[in-house]
Amino acid sequence: MRHLLSIADLSYVDALSILDTAQEMARVSDAPVKKLPTLRGRTIVNLFLEDSTRTRISFEAAAKRLSADVINFSAKGSSVSKGESLKDTAQTLQAMGADAVIIRHPASGAAQWLADSAWMSGSVINAGDGTHEHPTQALLDAFTIRKHLSANSGDLRGLSVAIVGDILHSRVARSNVLLLSMLGAQVIIVAPPTLLPVGVESWPAQVSYDFDSVLPLVDAVMMLRVQQERMSDYFFPTPREYSHYFGLNRDRLGFMKKTAIVMHPGPMNRGLEITAECADSARSVIVEQVTNGVSVRMAVLYLLLAGSPTSPGVAI
Amino acid sequence: MGTYLLTGGNLADGAATQIYIADGVIVEVAPKILHPGAAIATEIKVDGCILLPGFVDLHTHLREPGREDSETIASGSRAAAKGGFTAVSAMANTFPVADTAGVVEQVYRLGQATGLCDVFPIGAVTQGLAGKQLAELGAMADSVARVRVFSDDGECVFDPMVMRRALEYVKQFGGVIAQHAQEPRLTQGAQMNEGIISSRLGLKGWPAVAEEAIIARDVLLADHVQSRVHICHLTTAGGVDIVRWAKARGIAVTAEVTPHHLLLTDERAISYDPVFKVNPPLRTHSDVMALREGLADGTIDIVATDHAPHPAESKECEWQAASFGMIGLETAFSIVQATMVDTSLMSWSDLADRMSNAPARIAGYADHGQPLDAGSSAHLTVINPTASWRVDRDLVASRSRNTPFHGMELPGRIVATFFRGEPTVLNGALVRTVEGV
Repeated sequence: MRHLLSIADLSYVDALSILDTAQEMARVSDAPVKKLPTLRGRTIVNLFLEDSTRTRISFEAAAKRLSADVINFSAKGSSVSKGESLKDTAQTLQAMGADAVIIRHPASGAAQWLADSAWMSGSVINAGDGTHEHPTQALLDAFTIRKHLSANSGDLRGLSVAIVGDILHSRVARSNVLLLSMLGAQVIIVAPPTLLPVGVESWPAQVSYDFDSVLPLVDAVMMLRVQQERMSDYFFPTPREYSHYFGLNRDRLGFMKKTAIVMHPGPMNRGLEITAECADSARSVIVEQVTNGVSVRMAVLYLLLAGSPTSPGVAI
Repeated sequence: MGTYLLTGGNLADGAATQIYIADGVIVEVAPKILHPGAAIATEIKVDGCILLPGFVDLHTHLREPGREDSETIASGSRAAAKGGFTAVSAMANTFPVADTAGVVEQVYRLGQATGLCDVFPIGAVTQGLAGKQLAELGAMADSVARVRVFSDDGECVFDPMVMRRALEYVKQFGGVIAQHAQEPRLTQGAQMNEGIISSRLGLKGWPAVAEEAIIARDVLLADHVQSRVHICHLTTAGGVDIVRWAKARGIAVTAEVTPHHLLLTDERAISYDPVFKVNPPLRTHSDVMALREGLADGTIDIVATDHAPHPAESKECEWQAASFGMIGLETAFSIVQATMVDTSLMSWSDLADRMSNAPARIAGYADHGQPLDAGSSAHLTVINPTASWRVDRDLVASRSRNTPFHGMELPGRIVATFFRGEPTVLNGALVRTVEGV
C-alpha cells in the first residue's frame, strides 16, 4: 500500500496493524526524548488547502518525531476554483522531491485524484477531503476506543458506538462508520433526518432519530461538530432545538453506561452539540484523542514510508 | 456538384438498394439504378453497409462565439460530419448569449460558410439566460436563421410565469421551448446524482425529483396554454413516466435522451474523474434501463448528443472544480447501436427515426430527416454495423478531448456522410477537401 486515501482501501489486517504500530509509537511520545530516526532524510509536505490547525500540527508533530523534514504548504481560503491548480501544485511538490504529501482539501476526492494522477510519485495521505473521508481521524478514534474499552489490543468486537450529529456533511462519520464496523463494533448513527445522507440504510450502521433511547446501549458516544453554515440551510429550526434533541448534556450523561466514554473530533461548539460539563467531565477522552492522533499518524507515516529512500514504501 | 452512385448497401428495412445522387438530391433509389446519369457517376461501394437519413442533433454546444478555445463552429461541424450528422442545433449559451437576431445570424452564417452540415442556432428563451425577461424571440424567428427552437439550456427556465409566457409566445411562429429541467433550489452546489454513491463519495447530490418536478410542471403548463414543450436530456425513470403520462393525455411534449445517459451510470464517479461529470448527472442502472425502454417505445422521441466540449484545464482538476459536460457527436451513433439496436430494443428504422426523422420534425428542419426517396435532399449517413472501433480522445475531430468513452471498444462505424449531395466523410475519414476547414 502506497497511499492512505480512504478507510475503504484498508483491510482488517491493515487496520489492526496501524493500531498496533500506533501503540508502539505512543511509547516514543512518552519517552524523555520523543524522537526516532526512522524517516531521516525523507521529505514530507503538509499540503493544507483548507483551514485546519489541529490536523496539520498533529501530522507535523508525527513527522518530526520520526525525524522527517516537514514542509508546510498552506493556502488560505477554500475556493477550489481559484488560484493555482492542484495539478501545478502537485508538479511543484514532485519537483521538490516530496516523498509524501499529506493533503487537506475542501473538494471530496481531491486526495484520490492526486494519488491517481501521474503528477506525483510520492505517497498521498488524505487528511480530510471535503465531505468524503478523514481516515486518520477514524484510526485515532478506533485507537482511543480500543485503549479504553478493549484492553488496548485486538479489535472492537462486542462494543457499540454512537456517532451523533451532522452525518451528511461529516468526513469523520464516513471514515468511522467504515472503520469501526470493520473492526467489529456495532455503529449507531444518531441524527435528525435532514442531516442523514440519502442511502444511509446501505451503510454498515443502524440509524436512529432518538438519542435518548440509544444512549444507554452504547460504550462510546462520538459527538460531531455542527458547522455554523448549517444554521441557515433549513437543516434544523434553531440551534436551541438541535441542542435539545441531539446535544450531549448533563442529563444525558446520566443515561450512559458507567464505563462509556465521550468523544469529539474537535473543534467543539461548546453549548451546541456538547455542553462544557460533558466536554470536561471524567467521561471525556477528547484531549486524549489529540494525543493519540500523533501516535496514529506516526504509525501511518512509518508504515507508508519506512524502508530505503528509493522504495516507495513497505506493505502495511 | 458531383454525381454519386452508392452500390452494395441496404436500406434500414434490409432491402438491398442502390442510390443515385445528383445535384444535391436523391434522384433514384432502386435495386438497380436505371437513370442514364448513373453510368458516369462516381461509384462508391458500400457493401454490407446500411444507408440512413443524415443524423440530426437537436442539442449541440459549439461554443462559438466566445469559447473558441474549446470548440468552433468549424471544428464542431467536422465532429458532426464524422459522427454522421448533417444538421446540428447550436445551443444558445455562448458569449455573448444567442439571445438576439444578430448572434443567431452570425452562428447560422458561420455554419453555412463551413459547409459540412447545417448549423441551426437555438435561441435563448430569456435575455442572457437569466430567466427574467424574454429574449426577442420573434426577431430570432424572423431572422435569416429562422429560429424555431428556444432554450436556456444550462439554466432552467425556472420562473413558472416566464415559462408560461414563453410557451404561449412561440405559438405565433410555431416554435417550441426546449427545457433544461433542473429545479435550482434543490440542486444548489450539486455535483452528481443523489443516491448511495454520492453519499459514499461525499459529493453533493442532484436528486431525480429536481428534474421530475420541472418536467411535471412544464407538461401541465404546455397543456394549459396548448403549446409545445421539449424536454432536454431526460435522465430519470420518473421523468420517463411523467412524459409517458403526458403523451397519453395528448399533451404536446417531446423528449430527448443523450447517448451517455443510455450507457453510463453514477458508479463512474467513484473514480472522481471529472470526465464523468455532466449535467444532468449520470444516474443509476434502473434509470438507464427505463431510458432505453422509453426510447424504444417512443415515449422519448429522439437521441440528442448534448455535445459539450471543454478545454483540458476544466477537466484536469478536482471533481468539484471541474466543468459539467462531455463531447458526444463522434460517438453518438455507436452508443445508440450498442445500447438499443444490438440489444434488440430497436430496429435500424427506429434508429433512423430517433436520430434523424423525429428530431428534424420537432425542430422543423424541413430539408432534413426525409425518407430516402427520390426527390429528397441528399443527406445520408452510411454505417457499417459489423465494424467496431476503439475510441481515442487524441483522434477526435472536436477541439476538445473530454469524451467519457475513451478506450472503449464500440460497435458500428460511420463509413460515409453525404451533406446536400456531397460527401463530407468517406471511408470513415473526413474528405480531404474539407479537412483543413
